[in-house]
Amino acid sequence: MEKIIFYILSAVIIGFAIMSVTTRKLYRATMYLLFVLLAISGIYFLLEYNFMAAVQLSVYAGGIMVLIIYAVVLTDKIGEPLRQIPTKWNIVPVLVTIGTAALSIYAIFSFPGINAKNQASVTSVEQVGEKLLSYAPDGYVLPFEVVSILLLAAMIGAIVIAKAKKIVNQEKN
Amino acid sequence: MIEGVGLPEILSVTTILFFIGVYGFFTRTNLIAMLMSLELMVNAEAVNFVAINKYLSPAFLQGQIFSLFIIALAAAETALALAIILHLYRLTSNIDVREVKELKY
Repeated sequence: MEKIIFYILSAVIIGFAIMSVTTRKLYRATMYLLFVLLAISGIYFLLEYNFMAAVQLSVYAGGIMVLIIYAVVLTDKIGEPLRQIPTKWNIVPVLVTIGTAALSIYAIFSFPGINAKNQASVTSVEQVGEKLLSYAPDGYVLPFEVVSILLLAAMIGAIVIAKAKKIVNQEKN
Repeated sequence: MIEGVGLPEILSVTTILFFIGVYGFFTRTNLIAMLMSLELMVNAEAVNFVAINKYLSPAFLQGQIFSLFIIALAAAETALALAIILHLYRLTSNIDVREVKELKY
């Protein structure tokens, strides 16, 4: 049963990802990206890491997607198709990406010990929280605080950059 | 871990997802579309961290903690990139990388 769900999720991920990078309409591309993110959170649920799935749903599918949609609405002329590279040149990136992907998958399948079987484990929120705030040698309290400062810096930086004055443009012209 | 699904299958799916993102990054010229391709790549990375941790060393939590940090960094990166894109659009009314040269010099 879980196997079938995994393959359905994989098909959804790959199909909508391809549609997201090839469609000519930017707004549709954001919607396809949203489906990809939702399916990835389903993969986290299957891997029994429920906290990560919740974070994926709330931060990615909630926060980042809303940001991207607002940016699209504010900048894009909706309905105007995206510019694409000419078809005869499209063969180069297709060949390069398929070739490197095939090489990587070959490397994955030929890696020794990749089929190791361990007992199933469920990651609970308590474990994650204790690790994140632990002062022990394998604790992560320092990266946790660094990330919080980084998020604050990014927030201030985004505000400062996005509220620059418009007059600069007129002086230049 | 998922019953009946091995680590190579999950890694194959994330590899394909990553290279779809690379393809989008190569071929798109709109800055927001390029950023969306970048999101695909970052997501593939995060799934890799969690899957490898779950299958190869389930007693430890390193990969699962670091995937949380990856998501936090991706959120900060997206917010900053979109701020830059919006500012650029106000300056030049254009976010196509072939025509925007303001950041070049």
